[in-house]
Parts: sequence; structure tokens; C-alpha cells
Amino acid sequence: MAKLRKHSVDRRNFLRSAAAGTAAIVAGTGGAQAQQVQTQAQATRPAGAPLLARETDPPSTVEVLTADRPGSDFMVDVIKSLGFEYICANPGSSFRALHESIVTYGGNSKPEFITCCHEESSIAMAHGYAKVEGKPLLVMAHGTVGLQHASMAIYNAYCDRAPVYVIVGNSIDAAARRPGVEWAHSVQDAAAMVRDYIKWDDLPVSLTHFAESAVRAYKIAMTPPMMPVLLVADGDLQESPVSEKTKLHIPKLGQLAPSQGDVSAVAEVAKLLVAAENPVILADRAARTAAGMKLLVELAETLQAPVIDQGGRMNFPSRHPLNQTEAGRGLIANADLILGLEVSDFWGTVNNFKDQQEKSWRPITKSGVKLVSITASDVYKSNYQEFQRYPEVDLAISGDSEATLPSLIEACKRQLTGDRKRVLEDRGKKLAAAHEAAKERTRTEAAYAWDASPISTARMAAEIWGQVKDKDWSLVSGGGWSHRLWNFDKYYQFIGGSGGAGVGYGAPASVGAALANKKYGRLSVSIQNDGDLMYAPGVLWTAAHHHIPLLAVMHNNRAYHQEVMHIQRMGNRHQRGVTNAGVGTTLLDPNIDFATIARGMGVHGEGPISDPKDLGPALKRAIEVVQKGEPALVDVVTQPR
Amino acid sequence: MRVLLLVGMAWTLAAQTAPPAGNAQKGRQLFQSDGCYQCHGREAQGGLGTGPRLAPRPIPFAQLSKYVRQPTGQMPPYTGKIVSDQDLADIYAFLQAQPQPPPAKSIPLLNN
Repeated sequence: MAKLRKHSVDRRNFLRSAAAGTAAIVAGTGGAQAQQVQTQAQATRPAGAPLLARETDPPSTVEVLTADRPGSDFMVDVIKSLGFEYICANPGSSFRALHESIVTYGGNSKPEFITCCHEESSIAMAHGYAKVEGKPLLVMAHGTVGLQHASMAIYNAYCDRAPVYVIVGNSIDAAARRPGVEWAHSVQDAAAMVRDYIKWDDLPVSLTHFAESAVRAYKIAMTPPMMPVLLVADGDLQESPVSEKTKLHIPKLGQLAPSQGDVSAVAEVAKLLVAAENPVILADRAARTAAGMKLLVELAETLQAPVIDQGGRMNFPSRHPLNQTEAGRGLIANADLILGLEVSDFWGTVNNFKDQQEKSWRPITKSGVKLVSITASDVYKSNYQEFQRYPEVDLAISGDSEATLPSLIEACKRQLTGDRKRVLEDRGKKLAAAHEAAKERTRTEAAYAWDASPISTARMAAEIWGQVKDKDWSLVSGGGWSHRLWNFDKYYQFIGGSGGAGVGYGAPASVGAALANKKYGRLSVSIQNDGDLMYAPGVLWTAAHHHIPLLAVMHNNRAYHQEVMHIQRMGNRHQRGVTNAGVGTTLLDPNIDFATIARGMGVHGEGPISDPKDLGPALKRAIEVVQKGEPALVDVVTQPR
Repeated sequence: MRVLLLVGMAWTLAAQTAPPAGNAQKGRQLFQSDGCYQCHGREAQGGLGTGPRLAPRPIPFAQLSKYVRQPTGQMPPYTGKIVSDQDLADIYAFLQAQPQPPPAKSIPLLNN
């Protein structure tokens, strides 16, 4: 006779729960605002009681088959209180109760369940979404295999300082695990595998503990430097019924304010900036919001100083006369003061490193240059080395750049005399002229190989621009020539890159960003690398299934091109030639038909397009589809870069 | 006599700096097979962040040849074992044969 798993009546408080019915009354607030919500229910397990305590419970002779109010319902109350719009997840049995509570008890609304085909896609979607929306969505994953799948994407988000909120299911109580797969999918310390590259994690053992840690995790994720956080939702805690005995409480989140740079240090920087003859402002992840972009413009205009946008975020309008990104290296070489705002690699910016057999480097700055950094990210963990080489900065201000800019701007204004203003205005005129000249040179460069096949990347960017320039667009992945030719003047028009350069980010991050852009009616555009899409193309199906409008334009150079160049470098260095550089690095024979793949996922597909004359009409057709609310893909066979 | 000497010197200098004879068609093939296009583009138009434009109007052959053998920047060295002098001459002929692009001002897509 088969033995059924039996539960302790005391432990489950079955009869009382059954008599009481569903007692919890918790309304989602629909926003991550300060709030205080109480339930009439409580987990049967006392808050803080160790899970192992139940080992001593006497065996029950009563089979418990139902639970009217599982702990996962309260978890949904907590999740709703934080204002998550979406949950991205590939289904997993370790969070089956939470899954069911979200889609039924929670009404599958705020958050809405987004079906993902890979946990790497779930996380990267959350990554892209967060950079558009300015807040996280929720990701759920299996505590073992799901989190293993997710790990690379979590690392990208960590490097990119993006708030990603992850809940993983796990089965802590070994005695309660189903034989077989559940054991393989359970782990002592789930977060251990990603703890080196998340900001905070916890393993709540009661519902009260879950609520506090969930709100705490949100607060930590959203405080700069923003990073991923992770909570483990124990399967038994999800599935155990809650009683009405004691009130459960969801803590309020409260308002969050980022740290600002020290006032006296900011005043010192202002003096240096106003006095400098050739200051340069470097902006990498400087602007966290649209307000940050405006503040950076105000700082640059106050000083009439050039800005080099390193592209970690949409920092500075591309056609602003003080945008001197094209002249970056020359300006750095001539600078007497360089201010870095959330710069991820200051050393690499002011040094030239040669990747020859014998590695060498030298500063590109002139002697006596002062380096100043303002960043909230000078706090690092040690194992993963994304913190880059140590830059010899003269003044390192710890604080969020965007939050520090208002006081820096005011301090600069206080330092400015009428005479100094006139000098700075003259500098501004010269920079404006240089900007116009650079724009002209860029257009001339773009004309080379204009009619070539495969299509030049400049031609591809120009063709896309021709189709989107009069629409409310947002470039959610890719860059290159678009940054040189397009007019970026709104914060949401660019969201930066992957952070950790983990390939496979582009496609899902684009879909996540497009999900955020959807409610604003924006035309999301991605320039999609072929190798990147091949990591987890299932995200195209997610876009189709959930009607996420996105124009994906393939930059299909039929290779992992960066790696081709690395193997060529080795072949040359070893004096054996480059003949075999394509082995293991190219995506040829057969050529991948991305339009067919897209169509197979329910996405409108165009291409492959090799003749540049065919590109404009194909883009137009695809945009018509996207503007009806659906995704479309245009496969463009391109030059390598 | 003096004029003749000057003319003779000029001829000698020109002979020294003139590129060796090369086959542009073969040069195009070598530009692909030697992987030059990976960084510089198939038409030698330059690659964004990878390698500068090489054509049309390439730098003098002597300068190009010196750099290819002993690069001072990020480019990997192409020694004589990898690209022979004749191959380099053919590649140079290909670079010289590349046509001028249309003026940017004549391309509406580059003016918006």
C-alpha cells in the first residue's frame, strides 16, 4: 500500500484553518509607497521559529489534503505592496504555491506573470526593464537549476548597477521533500552561488520574516549603488496554511534618498572645475533618471565644459554642442582636470593599454592633471574583478553622482565671476564649433561603403534612423553608429549596455525594456547581435506571447566577431597566420535564418537582407507591425563592425 | 646640369616611395583571407572601435608596410611569415583601387 505523506494536525493547524476559511484580508497598495498593511492571518509556525523544530512533531494519522490560505497568499500581499508590475519566470515546482497564488489569489495583475523560456532571459528582462522604469520587476526561479541558469544575467546586472529582485524557491526541510527531482533541486544555501555578485540575500523562516526581508531587500536594491537582491522562499513556508491567530504585518518601505558627496569636498571640486582651463566631464552611469540628464546638462553649461559620454546610461544629449564624445581621447590628453561621474573604468580611460605579446601601458593624460571621481560604487566585493585597475584619483568623493550634482552645480555658480564667465563662454563657442566639425566628419565617414553588401553598420544605423526619427523611440540595446548619427535627447532613448559583457544580455534585456516602454506607447528598437540572440532565442516567443512591441534589427555579422579578432591576434602573435581564426568563432554553414526563427516564435520576420536598398522598406513594414503592438525582427546581414 | 641632377634625385625618391606593383583583385581576396576586413571592414572603410579606414587614398605604402610589420598601437603584427611583401603590395593595390564614396551631403539619410 502506498504511503501518503501526512502532516501533523498541530503543525498545520488544519481544523482551525479549515473552519476559519480564508481569513487574510490584505489589499495590495499598487505602489512601493510608504504603507502599513496588516493581515488577520499568521503562519502557523511562530515567527522566527527554526524550521527544524517541527522534526519533533508527532506523526499524524489525519491526511491533510487542502489548505484554504497558504503562506504564499501572504507572500503575494507583500509582493503587491512593493508595487511590482510584472513577474518574469520560467515555472519551477519549488515556487509552485507562490506561482498559483500570484496568478489566482493575486489575480495575475500587478504583478502579471510573464512566461520566460530561460532564467537568464527572466533576469535580463528585469535588467532592461529596471533601466527604463527606474524600479525592479520580480523574477522567480528554482533555487538550484533555475538560479544556475540565471547566474550570468545576475552578474551582468550587478556590474551594471541595476536593481533586480529575485525570489528563488527551495525546499529546506529534507523530510518534506518529494523523492527524486525535488532533492536534486534543493540546496542548503541557495544564494551562495551568486552571493559574490548580489547586494543582499536572506532565507526567511517565517512569514513575518519574509515580509520584513522582502521590504528590506527592495530598499537595499533601490539604494545606489543599485544591485540585485535575492530572497529564498521556502517551499514549506509557501505551502503551509496560515491561521487567523496573530496579525501579520507588512512593514512600510518609506521614501529612499541616495547618499550625496561630502559638502566640503564638493566645494573643493567646484573650485577646481571653475579654475580649470581644460576640464573634461566623463559620464558613464552618471544619470539614473531623466532628472540626472538635465542636471548634467546644467553642470556642463554652467562650466561650458566638454562632456564625454561613456554610454553606461543616457547621460547627455548626443547633439548638444558640449557633447564632445567624438573628440574624447584628445580632450583627455589635453585636460588639466577630469571629473568622472560613476565611471566604471577610470584607469582604462586615462591610460593606453597595449594588448601585444608584452603588455604595456602609459598614461594618455598630461602631467599634473587632477582626477576627481564622484561615485556611489566605490564599494566592492573582492572575488569578481569587475572593479578594474586602481585609478590614481586625486579626490574620490563617495556619493551618488546624480544626487550630488545639484550641490556641485550651486557650488560652481557661486565660484563664477563675470570675468570667468566670459572666458568660459569663449571656450563654449570653440567647443560648439568642434562639435559641428565632428558631426560633419562623422557623416563623411558614414558614407564610405554606403552601398556595400554585406551592409555597412553605418548604413544600417542611418536606415533605422530614417524610419524612427519622427516617432517616440527608445534604443533598448546596441549602439555603435546610432550614437554617432541619431539625435538622442530624452533619457529613455538609451539604457546603456550589459555591464558585465556577458553575451546573451541583448535580446532579453531589449524585451524587458520594451515591456517597460509599452505602457508609454514608445517604439522600442534594438540592434540585435546574432551571437547574442542565439543564447536564448526563446525570448522572442515571450515577446510574441505577451504582445510586447519591439523592433529587433539584426546586426548579423555571422560570427562572435570579438572572438574572431582575438584568435586572429593569437595567430599573428604565434606567427601561424589567421587561416583558422574562424574555427569555433563564426556562425556559418549553415547561415542562420533569423527571420524564419522569428516567425516560428510568432514574431514578424523580415530578411535576411544583404542589399542595402531593401533595408528601408523592410524596416517600414516591420515598424507597422510593432506599432500595432507586436514584436518584429529584421535580419540584416552586415559588415563585421 | 643642376636641373638634371634635381630631376634625377626626384625620380630616385619617387622610385623609392612608389608602391610595388600589385594586383588589386588578388589584394581584395587577401584582404578577406588575411582577416584585415575583420577590423577594417570589407571595403576598408574602417570598423567602429576596431580599426581605422584604410581606403580610398591609403597612407603611403612604406608607412603602411612598416606599421603592418611593427604596429605601435593595438593592431596585431603581420610578419613576413604571415603576409609576404608581394601580398602586401596586392593588398595595397586593392586599397588604392577603392572608389570614392558619394558625398555625404548627397545622401538624404545622412542629413537628418
